Amino acid sequence: MRFLKSLAGLSLSAALLSSSAFAGEIILNSDQSDPAPRQAMEELIADFQAKHPDITVKWNNFDHEGYKSAIRNFLTADAPDVAAWYAGNRMEPFVKAGLFEDVSDVWEANGLNDELKSAAASMTIDGKKWGVPYTYYQWGIYYRKDIFAEQGITPPKTWDELLAACAKLKEAGISPFTIGTKALWPTGGWFDYLDLRVNGYEFHMDLTSGKVPYTDPRVKAVFEKWAELVEPGYFVENHAAIDWQDAIPHLVQGKAAMYLMGNFAVAAMKDGGLKEDQIGFLQFPQINPDLPMAEEAPTDTFHIPSGAKNKEDAKVFLAYLASPEAQSKMNKTLGQLPVNSKSETPEDPFLDAGFKMLSNAYALAQFYDRDAPAAMAKAGMEGFQEFMVKPDKVDDILARLDKVRERAYK
Amino acid sequence: MPLAPARPQTFWSRHKRSLTPWLFLAPGLVMFLLYVLIPIVQSVWISFHDWDGLGEKVWIGIENYVELLDDDTFYVSLKNNVLWLLLYLLAIPGGLAVALFLNQTVFGIRLYKSLFFFPFVISQVVVGLMFTWFYAPDFGLFSALIEWLTGEQVAILADERFVTYGIIVAGLWPQTAYCMILYLTGLNNINPEQVEAARMDGAKGLKLLWHVILPQLAPASFIALVVTVIGSLRSFDLVSIMTAGGPYGSSQVLSYFMYEQALSEYGFRMGYGAAIAVVLFLIMMVFITVFIVRMLSQERNG
Repeated sequence: MRFLKSLAGLSLSAALLSSSAFAGEIILNSDQSDPAPRQAMEELIADFQAKHPDITVKWNNFDHEGYKSAIRNFLTADAPDVAAWYAGNRMEPFVKAGLFEDVSDVWEANGLNDELKSAAASMTIDGKKWGVPYTYYQWGIYYRKDIFAEQGITPPKTWDELLAACAKLKEAGISPFTIGTKALWPTGGWFDYLDLRVNGYEFHMDLTSGKVPYTDPRVKAVFEKWAELVEPGYFVENHAAIDWQDAIPHLVQGKAAMYLMGNFAVAAMKDGGLKEDQIGFLQFPQINPDLPMAEEAPTDTFHIPSGAKNKEDAKVFLAYLASPEAQSKMNKTLGQLPVNSKSETPEDPFLDAGFKMLSNAYALAQFYDRDAPAAMAKAGMEGFQEFMVKPDKVDDILARLDKVRERAYK
Repeated sequence: MPLAPARPQTFWSRHKRSLTPWLFLAPGLVMFLLYVLIPIVQSVWISFHDWDGLGEKVWIGIENYVELLDDDTFYVSLKNNVLWLLLYLLAIPGGLAVALFLNQTVFGIRLYKSLFFFPFVISQVVVGLMFTWFYAPDFGLFSALIEWLTGEQVAILADERFVTYGIIVAGLWPQTAYCMILYLTGLNNINPEQVEAARMDGAKGLKLLWHVILPQLAPASFIALVVTVIGSLRSFDLVSIMTAGGPYGSSQVLSYFMYEQALSEYGFRMGYGAAIAVVLFLIMMVFITVFIVRMLSQERNG
């Protein structure tokens, strides 16, 4: 027993040692492991420390995938002062478990309720704000301008125009859409947009928060629209074997003409050899003309864990992160859109198009795997993937999804 | 004869003989208790709860198991585990064949042996990645071959009909090498006199192999069977690297299903994951018990 106690004591003191922060130091955990985000973060920290010389930031940068499980450990065991995460339902488990600090006062004191208005809804749970958003990006259809011109296709604005464009491309031996569904999530973008266009934002939110069964005929209607693309073979073959990056060569080689993706794909397309004037961006076409257009714009955020040691300085950091100058500079490096409406608009043509689209958007969805809880998202996207391979099994898939829904939201 | 002065008998001196073995065993036993037995009990305990790993555990009795019986993925995993178990056994005759082939003295045989052993040395992750590229549509060697033969492309890892077989083939590669090494050591211990005598009696070829060589290789075969069966039930790394259980869960196996439910990005259902772990443990227990009983009876006879 003695031995066990001393062992416990030892591990405790080790835990204390590793997290003992000096006054004026904040520990920041995040997952900016790619080059651009990493650089943006380094600049942000340097600028912050220049403005607040009395505070130093100790930054632990995690690998992107590893972070998702690491955060659960460090929030309970050894909480940093600031942690990166995502908006919407993705942060709900941590909020409900009391692991995130209410930061409504930071919003109040810095006028963020006004400046960050577009993301306010997705940062609110139980009427309180649980973090500060700093960047988001648009989703939409990226297409090969030159191929469209060759085939005499004008960018489609409605569903019928899209179907006509697809038929024309298919006839010319070009796959209309490329996609890689191995990692599942790219299917979520399709489902989200089809649901937003067929049933609207409110219905989509009800569905992702578990209030509507998947066996509802309105959900079935979404899949009927989807089948109009799947059944004629408008997606590249073998998409279940490849990742989203592997889908880009199809576009670069001209074997496919369109790609529904987030704006981060543009960098990969340019790396693949496409020139800027070969790439076009178009908003996901209208399906139900009576519905206002809502868009998909996943938001990245920073939070203060409730176990943080230095909450005062952490709040100063969040306030700085929310400021227009910090967000302008950061998003310029990131190649994404600032959330703060007083920030400078980006010069990049795709970001500019996205910025205009999102400013006029009726509402913003986060993304299927952020709006729906984890267990539902996983089963859902697996179902979407199966549907994209075997569209005739739609009823089985929806029945299965509803079984998961009943359990996941209880 | 003078009596020796009666020394006070201490506890230690009285029980020295019976205590010493336990003292030597103690470090191992403590480790075994701490890292094997207690976690098993904890897993069983957790499997009766609804727990996300963060909040309070809620006792729900056998509900996790009831749900498991109603879960399609569970049956897919179970079916795939059986497939793994059966097809993985091919590694044993495969390993034997390679070992017999390599059991000769020609120039550079050590190099050939190490080349055949190579896949077992590299990490399973690397094996998985290599086979993923091998199967990859458009640029993979295998899919190019299939396209050349049949004129049609087959994406092995995206097709629910082939995906599990594709992963098992990848797993067989290192496992065959493992069995080969076991048999090579076994072949070194073959009694040459018996082989000689059998040859004198006119036995050769398969007859010689079956009646003279194989019985002498029985210990190697037994070990090969044990590691192969257990290896097949633990088939986690390859599934994780090559498909992550996809497409749409059709290459799931119990160990990956457990990981996905309990620990992956979309999981954190600790109770449900623990229930899967318990089922997997029970299945393994069946085999382990059979092996141990056999081993004990052999020791008693031997």
